[in-house]
Amino acid sequence: MQVTMTVNGTEYTREIEGRMLLVHFLRDVLGLTGTHWGCDTSNCGVCVVWLDGEPVKSCTVLAAMAGGHEVRTVEGLANGAELDPIQEGFRQCHGLQCGFCTPGMLMTCRALLDKNPDPTEGEIREAISGQICRCTGYSSIIRSVRWAAVHEASKEEATAQ
Amino acid sequence: MTTTQDTKLTEFEDNDQNPVGFGRMLRKEDARLLRGRGRFVDDVQLPGMLHLAILRSPFAHASIVSIDTSAAEASPGVKAVVTGETLKGLGLAWMPTLSNDVQAVLATDKVRFQGQEVAFVVAEDRYKARDALELIDVEYDVLEPVVDVRKALAPDAPIIRTDLDGKADNHVFDWETGDEEETNRVFAAADVVVKEDIVYPRVHPAPMETCGSVADFDPVEGRLRLWSTTQAPHAHRTLYAIVAGLPEHKIQVIAPDIGGGFGNKVPIYPGYVLSIVGSIVTGKPVKWMEDRSENLISTGFARDYIMRAEIAATSEGRILAIRTNVLADHGAFNGTAAPVKYPAGFFGVFTGSYDLQAAHCKMTAVYTNKAPGGVAYACSFRITEAVYLVERIVDTLAYELRMDPAELRLKNFIQPDQFPYTTKTGWVYDSGNYEPTMRLAMEMAGYDELRKEQAEKRARGELMGIGIAFFTEAVGAGPRKNMDILGLGMADGCELRVHPTGKAVVRLSVKTQGQGHETTFAQIVAEELGIPPADIDVLHGDTDNTPFGLGTYGSRSTPVSGAAAALVARKVRDKAKLIASAMLEVSVADLDWVKGAFQVKGDPGKSVTIQEIAFRAHGAGDLPDGVEGGLEAQICYNPSNLTYPHGAYICVVDIDPGTAEVKVRRFIAVDDCGTRINPMIIEGQVHGGLTDGVGMALMEMISFDEDGNCLGASLMDYLIPTALEVPDWETGYTVTPSPHHPIGAKGIGESATVGSPPAIVNAVVDALKPFGVRHADMPLTPSRVWDAMRGQATPPI
Repeated sequence: MQVTMTVNGTEYTREIEGRMLLVHFLRDVLGLTGTHWGCDTSNCGVCVVWLDGEPVKSCTVLAAMAGGHEVRTVEGLANGAELDPIQEGFRQCHGLQCGFCTPGMLMTCRALLDKNPDPTEGEIREAISGQICRCTGYSSIIRSVRWAAVHEASKEEATAQ
Repeated sequence: MTTTQDTKLTEFEDNDQNPVGFGRMLRKEDARLLRGRGRFVDDVQLPGMLHLAILRSPFAHASIVSIDTSAAEASPGVKAVVTGETLKGLGLAWMPTLSNDVQAVLATDKVRFQGQEVAFVVAEDRYKARDALELIDVEYDVLEPVVDVRKALAPDAPIIRTDLDGKADNHVFDWETGDEEETNRVFAAADVVVKEDIVYPRVHPAPMETCGSVADFDPVEGRLRLWSTTQAPHAHRTLYAIVAGLPEHKIQVIAPDIGGGFGNKVPIYPGYVLSIVGSIVTGKPVKWMEDRSENLISTGFARDYIMRAEIAATSEGRILAIRTNVLADHGAFNGTAAPVKYPAGFFGVFTGSYDLQAAHCKMTAVYTNKAPGGVAYACSFRITEAVYLVERIVDTLAYELRMDPAELRLKNFIQPDQFPYTTKTGWVYDSGNYEPTMRLAMEMAGYDELRKEQAEKRARGELMGIGIAFFTEAVGAGPRKNMDILGLGMADGCELRVHPTGKAVVRLSVKTQGQGHETTFAQIVAEELGIPPADIDVLHGDTDNTPFGLGTYGSRSTPVSGAAAALVARKVRDKAKLIASAMLEVSVADLDWVKGAFQVKGDPGKSVTIQEIAFRAHGAGDLPDGVEGGLEAQICYNPSNLTYPHGAYICVVDIDPGTAEVKVRRFIAVDDCGTRINPMIIEGQVHGGLTDGVGMALMEMISFDEDGNCLGASLMDYLIPTALEVPDWETGYTVTPSPHHPIGAKGIGESATVGSPPAIVNAVVDALKPFGVRHADMPLTPSRVWDAMRGQATPPI
């Protein structure tokens, strides 16, 4: 079957099997390997991407279901050479080690900040609780999100002035 | 020695621009990983690449009667279907394990654990390969499995390893350490003896990236390129040469970015070998990526020790001796990754951090119908089990003596003037100063106030527990005279080149799986050579462009390879000094090294930088007599001893009396890993390990039903901590440098995984004290805690 979707602002049309998962479409068909695959049961969240602005686990979405919709992946976060504040937060606060869960974490945390620009530690823990990181023990991820929140706020303040 | 408490690392200046050497520095590897531009094995795409899927046994123990692959071969897009019989014809049906046993690559005679490899399909894509698996028809004759490890040596137990000539039981090895007679004598004379049966259940490292490989065999050149999820690319290359009979110089093993290892990616798995076979058979590149269930049911598990522990002491709380008897479950093949002379890894350090009069351990290892493995999950070669044993039994002693567990530990520590300290099992602890580490943890925790709070809560019927663990690890294997893996000495090479413009590249034999080697090793070279870390590229993971060495596991990268990096930089510096003396026209003796430059003694205005020296080393003009052009060096570092990091951990838990749910409220970790290269990375390593500890202590277990079905075969069944199960970690540190390591550093990668489970379990048991509970086994799930509260605690296996 033919599927057309917008990924990181670019429209793609491809011929695929109906059963193809979105994660495989992104990785194997479009070559966007920043999105990872880690379990078969929707538990680990390394495959999180945005579908129309909402974080979804792309291992449990058929590529066909994304047809006509907008997908955003980790490759679409940075603005050219400039990292998104959430990426910069992870860099500053050691929010990643092996980097395998990182793309999914970044997408979830970006979505959180868009909805809630000043999340508490508890709200951040809740937001990433559907995802597993085996390396960081989460504290530094929480600090990373707080870093991004604080820096976005001060940036907005500066712009307002 | 300095003693400091870590501040919260929320706001720090990036000191990339303010080198040079040790201190917090943001990671070089993050640039690609944050942008989704990491390159993991499954990201490798080669022209014409095919996909491999493995058919696995649904049974734990069954004879293979027949395999019919005809329907699978006819399935669309299928390029090859291979069974054990085919491999047998090629002499590849069996391969050596890291413990000198053999393991089936594909089963021929029978299957010995659920999930064992039986056949494989190579097809155009991963979906078609999976489709074809379902069309392979295998007829099994189901045999009685050996699931209960306690019954593995029963006279009527089914024999698992019928492939081994004359094998008439399921015995793997007996092992012993310490002095039995002396230990028994001390026990007989002791005031107090406490005995406890302690189980360390089977767990799994479950890195977020599963295992996989891409094999690309070129039949014309006879050359194999293999991208694989390996923590030890060089050791793997040699083993492939042995297994597959390929000449070693024609094998290139590439470990690209690795999505977590934790020991899971040390062994060679059948899947890697099968991808090579698949590429040879089809003439195309072949990718194999296992799925999560395959990872959990077939790759290297960890622990699975049943330990009887005994401790002898005076009535005043002076610990005299420890002895233990261990029954070790090694699964269907002895695939333990440990130095050959150490079949139980470094379990011999079960004497802990205490000055004992005697110690003895007797161990029996057996085969069962479960997945092979045994050493994995950040265990520092079984030190997890050893530390858990000693820290749990010390707490039971405190319980019986009605002593505070902190006080009991403080009373029995090896004293600073006793180092280097030889334990009763023969380990030579290089350095340690335990009391300040313990005191700092107690101070950070507010120990006395916590005990007061606990007393108040107990009076109200609330369940609060405070658990302490103090550990000493032995990390950084070799030396090579004692330690080898399949004959390969545990040493590591390092090569350093300084280019004419003063930028450098350092090549390592070890391989990061997230530990940040590209940053840490640049910092080590920067510290020694004065070149900013940003100007130093760290190459690793590709056997064609890095020197030989045994790889990253057992917290050995900094102790071994880190030493190699420091020494190779010093070698380059020595040569630079000769060139500097010619450039400044003074004798070598008249030069001082100030980081990054040589200057004439007494005349700081007269100096040359390392960058200037580098250009001269490659430039026109004569060099001093006997000095070759270029500025580079290579060494192979053979450590003289292991390094012995230590730490004091305190855990505070609350237990809901209505649901028996354990909540880790606080966790204080004070680590001493000697010289600290990058505190940010060290803290990250500790945080990860502490989270592992919460998993093992409260959630994680690979269990089996009576038929040998694995009950932890997905992340819905094998529970790993999320952000909701762990607290905000509180870390601190002390610094006791290693006397034999060139920069005084010790390993840190596994300290927290080793030290945290006993702290958590001790806290839970402490909380349950009002119920008369002296011990309860992991994982302390609500139902198991509930049972313990009712005096019905049972072992998990």
